[in-house]
Amino acid sequence: MDIQFIAYKVILAVSILLISLLVAMYSTLIERKVAGYFQDRHGPNRAGFFGLLQPVADGVKLFFKEEFMPATADKFLYILGPSLTMLVALLTSAVIPWGNSIIIGDTEFPLQVADINIGVLYVFAVVSIGVYGIMIGGWASNNKYALIGAVRAASQMISYELAMGMSIITIVMTSGSLSLNEIVGQQHGFDWNVWHQPIGFFVFVICSFAECNRSPFDLPECETELIGGYHTEYSSMKLGFFLFSEYINMFIASAMISSLYFGGYNFPFMDELGLSHNMLTIIGSLVFFAKISFFGFLFMWIRWTLPRFRYDQLMRFGWKALLPWAIANMVITGFISMLMK
Amino acid sequence: MESNSDKLKLTNRSKVVSNKKMTLIERFYLPAIFKGMGITFSHFFTKKNTIQYPEEKRPVSDIFRGQHVLKRDDDGRERCTACGLCALSCPAEAITMVAAERKEDEKHLYREEKYAAIYEINMLRCIFCGNCESACPKEAIFLTERFVASEVSRDNFIYGKDILLEPKDAPIDVSKRQTREVLEFKKDKTQSHNR
Repeated sequence: MDIQFIAYKVILAVSILLISLLVAMYSTLIERKVAGYFQDRHGPNRAGFFGLLQPVADGVKLFFKEEFMPATADKFLYILGPSLTMLVALLTSAVIPWGNSIIIGDTEFPLQVADINIGVLYVFAVVSIGVYGIMIGGWASNNKYALIGAVRAASQMISYELAMGMSIITIVMTSGSLSLNEIVGQQHGFDWNVWHQPIGFFVFVICSFAECNRSPFDLPECETELIGGYHTEYSSMKLGFFLFSEYINMFIASAMISSLYFGGYNFPFMDELGLSHNMLTIIGSLVFFAKISFFGFLFMWIRWTLPRFRYDQLMRFGWKALLPWAIANMVITGFISMLMK
Repeated sequence: MESNSDKLKLTNRSKVVSNKKMTLIERFYLPAIFKGMGITFSHFFTKKNTIQYPEEKRPVSDIFRGQHVLKRDDDGRERCTACGLCALSCPAEAITMVAAERKEDEKHLYREEKYAAIYEINMLRCIFCGNCESACPKEAIFLTERFVASEVSRDNFIYGKDILLEPKDAPIDVSKRQTREVLEFKKDKTQSHNR
């Protein structure tokens, strides 16, 4: 544990934090732009060139909005809700390998904050805590709509976490490791997990939509029935935290999909190019961000294509369709890997 | 004989709906979802219908009835003689005026012996019907294709002569609003109306 190591990790952690915040900030603009284009509109284009200053304007607006707290709300929990959501959303980025490693002199600097050997479990655990923020926020508001939204979020999270876990277990079975770095490393070149696990991939993507509370699984919010759901009573920057963490979650979920199924920083013909290790790492990181951007776009694309589920449909889909498929996929993978031995 | 209801349809886009059991592939929903995603994606590249308002304006007709103008004659004198016909014809009672007699040294300002010292139109009452324009015997008031701008206070919507009167250096062309007969008549300079 020398000083160089600590300094490097701090710099890396802070820069990843800033990048996630920046990406989340501009996701709000891209979301609105994409929504506009899908609906034959232009989207925001007044603040700055191509609307590039819109997120800044939104942020300033949120800060200057009246900070309102319902008289009957539980003050401590009311503040804890959005804080927890934001904190948890930012925690996940620590274990994602954002690139291979950069070699300067004799030392190797991996582009991953913490290569813990149970990375997948860590992500899973942290994401599960995410629902507490919503649950606490909805409960503390002391509002029936908020409470219904929060309860929906919790039950949805539990239902879809199972299928998601099953699809991750399949990845763990084939790769034999719980370390995200190792899982990504094994998908060298074009040998991505999605070719081996197409069903698992679909299950995982659908579940991550549900985990992020994105349409068509946005029942906790559904502005039409629940007037915003769990954040009905929130205003100003507390509301901003809830909305913001949704975009960070989307970013992290896209990163998880890319690293678990689409090879992370690996790209085809990476060995044939004959580039140096550092050069490959930089290109790999860019490729990784391209993949993340694509899945981020997919999140928005789906949102503006599919209508919201009805609640019973949501439960039926989670328990009667996704879970059996995930279990079947796991069993089949187990059989095949045993036969191949 | 064929019934008429088979032939006459409003749009020809209606589809027959059936409650048949879905096939296995249909029950996966994924093909339908991909199809839907294709449809939304094709809209990504379609031409947007938005009119970017302040920079780009929707074309209006030649006789669009927008904000009023009080015209001046060729010498820059106000044409209005404060006869009150516009106020009388106004169904919304939006026009108010106070008449005054022209002094000897004001001949270069007012065309007639009587003029409107105060002329106000309440733009919140005005329904832009154009009756004032039709009623005016002096070709003094016209509606133009300008829009009435938004304001934060109701008081600001009562337009006085300072806003309504045509600026001397920037006359507003209203010839497109007049019929060919009127334009022909205006060439006849023997008529006192046209001098």
